[in-house]
Amino acid sequence: MSYRFEKVQTVQEDLSKVGYLADDGIAGAVYLGDRLQKPILVEGPAGTGKTQLAKSVAEMTGSRLIRLQCYEGLDESKALYEWNYKKQLLRIQAERNSDSSGSWEELEEDIFSDEFLLTRPLLEAIRSEDPVVLLIDEVDRVEIETEALLLEILSDYQVSIPELGTVEARQIPLVFLTSNNTRELSEALKRRCLFLHIDYPDLEREREIIVTKVPDINENLGDQIARVVRTIRDLELKKAPSVSETLDWARTLVHLGVEHIDAKTATETVNILLKYRSDIEKAIKEFSTDEELNSEEE
Amino acid sequence: MTETAQLEQHSPLLELLNGFIVELREAGLPVSLTENLDAVEAVKHIPINERETFKYALAATLVKNHAHWKAFETVFEVYFSLRGKEYELQDGEWDGSNAEFEMSDDNQSGQMPGQGGGQEGLTQEQLAEMLFQALAKMDQNMMRAVARQSVQRFAGMEPGRPVGGTYYLYRTLRNLDLDGVLERLLAQDQNPKETPDILEERLRKDEYEHRIDQLKKEIEAEIRRRLVADRGVEAMAKTLRKPLPEDVDFMHASREEMVSLRRAIWPLTRKLAVRLARKRRHGRKGPLDFKRTVRQSLSYGGVPADPKFKYPKPSKPEIMVIADISGSVAAFARFTLHLVYALNNQFSKVRSFVFIDGLDEVTNYFEGVDDITEAIHRVNTEADVIWVDGHSDYGHAFEVFDERYGKDVGPKTTVMILGDARNNYHASQSWVIKEIEDKARKVFWLNPEPRSYWDTGDSIVSEYSDYCNGIFEVRNLKQLEAFVENLV
Repeated sequence: MSYRFEKVQTVQEDLSKVGYLADDGIAGAVYLGDRLQKPILVEGPAGTGKTQLAKSVAEMTGSRLIRLQCYEGLDESKALYEWNYKKQLLRIQAERNSDSSGSWEELEEDIFSDEFLLTRPLLEAIRSEDPVVLLIDEVDRVEIETEALLLEILSDYQVSIPELGTVEARQIPLVFLTSNNTRELSEALKRRCLFLHIDYPDLEREREIIVTKVPDINENLGDQIARVVRTIRDLELKKAPSVSETLDWARTLVHLGVEHIDAKTATETVNILLKYRSDIEKAIKEFSTDEELNSEEE
Repeated sequence: MTETAQLEQHSPLLELLNGFIVELREAGLPVSLTENLDAVEAVKHIPINERETFKYALAATLVKNHAHWKAFETVFEVYFSLRGKEYELQDGEWDGSNAEFEMSDDNQSGQMPGQGGGQEGLTQEQLAEMLFQALAKMDQNMMRAVARQSVQRFAGMEPGRPVGGTYYLYRTLRNLDLDGVLERLLAQDQNPKETPDILEERLRKDEYEHRIDQLKKEIEAEIRRRLVADRGVEAMAKTLRKPLPEDVDFMHASREEMVSLRRAIWPLTRKLAVRLARKRRHGRKGPLDFKRTVRQSLSYGGVPADPKFKYPKPSKPEIMVIADISGSVAAFARFTLHLVYALNNQFSKVRSFVFIDGLDEVTNYFEGVDDITEAIHRVNTEADVIWVDGHSDYGHAFEVFDERYGKDVGPKTTVMILGDARNNYHASQSWVIKEIEDKARKVFWLNPEPRSYWDTGDSIVSEYSDYCNGIFEVRNLKQLEAFVENLV
């Protein structure tokens, strides 16, 4: 068995080559996921790059990304496989019309064969010949009962189809599951996965992300943005600004030709960073002097 | 494989890992056997001297809930980090090369006082200056050195003294005058010519406060390191044990704990919403809808190519929350209000009532409010909940409820009563609950007191419990979660 990555550092370096800045925790988990051949459950606040991580890993390893978007009501016919019922029926009809008296057994064997199988993302991921990164996105959206669908593939990399037998993986895909933690996932699922919590980045990493992702930004502004965002995240808000919102803000400021943020620019553009009225008001309050507030009231 | 061979040589690592996992379990983290094996596997791939990566690797295999991270980090620090080379004071303090995997620390306990060499000659002023410089330049090494120095100088640690780390931390910090340092740092950046931008000023302050926090952590680590050297790993880990967030008692939660509890409530209410509504919109199919299937089949020439199923109708639950907000359950009440607020966001029809000896509806306070603290403030100041003397009177409160709102309770209504049923020896008026139960879909009672206290003193739980569909002890998140799980 050959491994995809040599060292934790290589993961980190390669990821940064495709534009994803990983910290020790992220790189370590990806590395370990490959070594132990275990899926990685990625959790954390929205907009911190959970889904992007899977995409970047796919890009970096040159693998195909197969994505299963989860939603309430997802079932096995959408996640694993489905028999092509209509085609099967047509087959039976054709058999009847052609008068060729094939036995029922033959027919049955025929209609429950590969030809009539519609593969869905999970089955596709393990049947693929090429290397694959499987992304199971927002797994907390499915009901707890539906999680069970995932267990077989996550622990053994195989899918059992009653009519066909067990389909085993041709290669072991790197699997990422993301969760926004709107509910507690089942123990069974957690046990099968490595766990990675991606939080908002710290000051240095955020600054780096801004400088890498926003072209034409000067470092000074980048630094200032990162610091303002940190201060805002420390306030008790309904929804703290995510990394993507930070980037939006940075891009806006660059477009506006701002080189240095003062209280005024911050107040005027903070609505890009924050999405709730009460949050915006709170932030503006923090950044203006008492005198200004008083003068506005008068 | 070379890695396995290496591991065999360093089997103290495995032993250490074992002790570590035992301690994690003692601290309440649910580490299963598979996870244990994963951790053993993981350390084969990541060398222990890459401290940070090693920590994250262990965390990835052992900690499956972010709320447990802090507990994990503390135990990790005690078991692994504090043995690192960068924490050594100077040669000779630690026993050279094999200190990393040494289990017994007994031989070091004697050296506790009076250690530290090179910088011993510093005066207090010099140390203060060093502290200032370290913070101004954000020099990690210097900070560590300052932390070491100040602990040694001010904490007054003695081997074998049965005092917790917080005491030493307090003593050290008291002598450092960090507030003064912060002022000095801020003053230093001040440009006298122009008035600084308010934002810039704020950012600078935050930055320095951040650095000071880091220094505090450094000092804490230093104290811990010395305590570990003195008392040994197991004992130290034991004294550092704190309840996990889900085990924190609502009645005695600290401010910080309240914050994390609040965060944990959201997913719970969502779960509650799903359980109560049991809506099965798509997916889970009902029985075959014969009529529609036949009709559909016409377009396929009579072949039922596209079977249709009946979908169960989703039910829309109404919830009424009746919460005691009297002094005896004050801490619980605050939590309760958060729960009510969260419920409001999940269900379209939530009505909330609060009472002490009178009862008032507070539904409006929570509607369209973005800021929960404001809503709570309004509940505490505006709601008319005092009838006579402001001591809980469940009986009277229920009577008022029945009189004013009793007619609104219908077969779709789920009633949740939150309180300790300590009635100050008033009449129970339990017939009201009986009446509600007859009309409502379900009546649940959540009691924040330990079960063993029920029906002692003025608690009259059992007078009501006959008429409830369920009465639950809910003192921490775990129990609240269990309640939600069992709703089905």
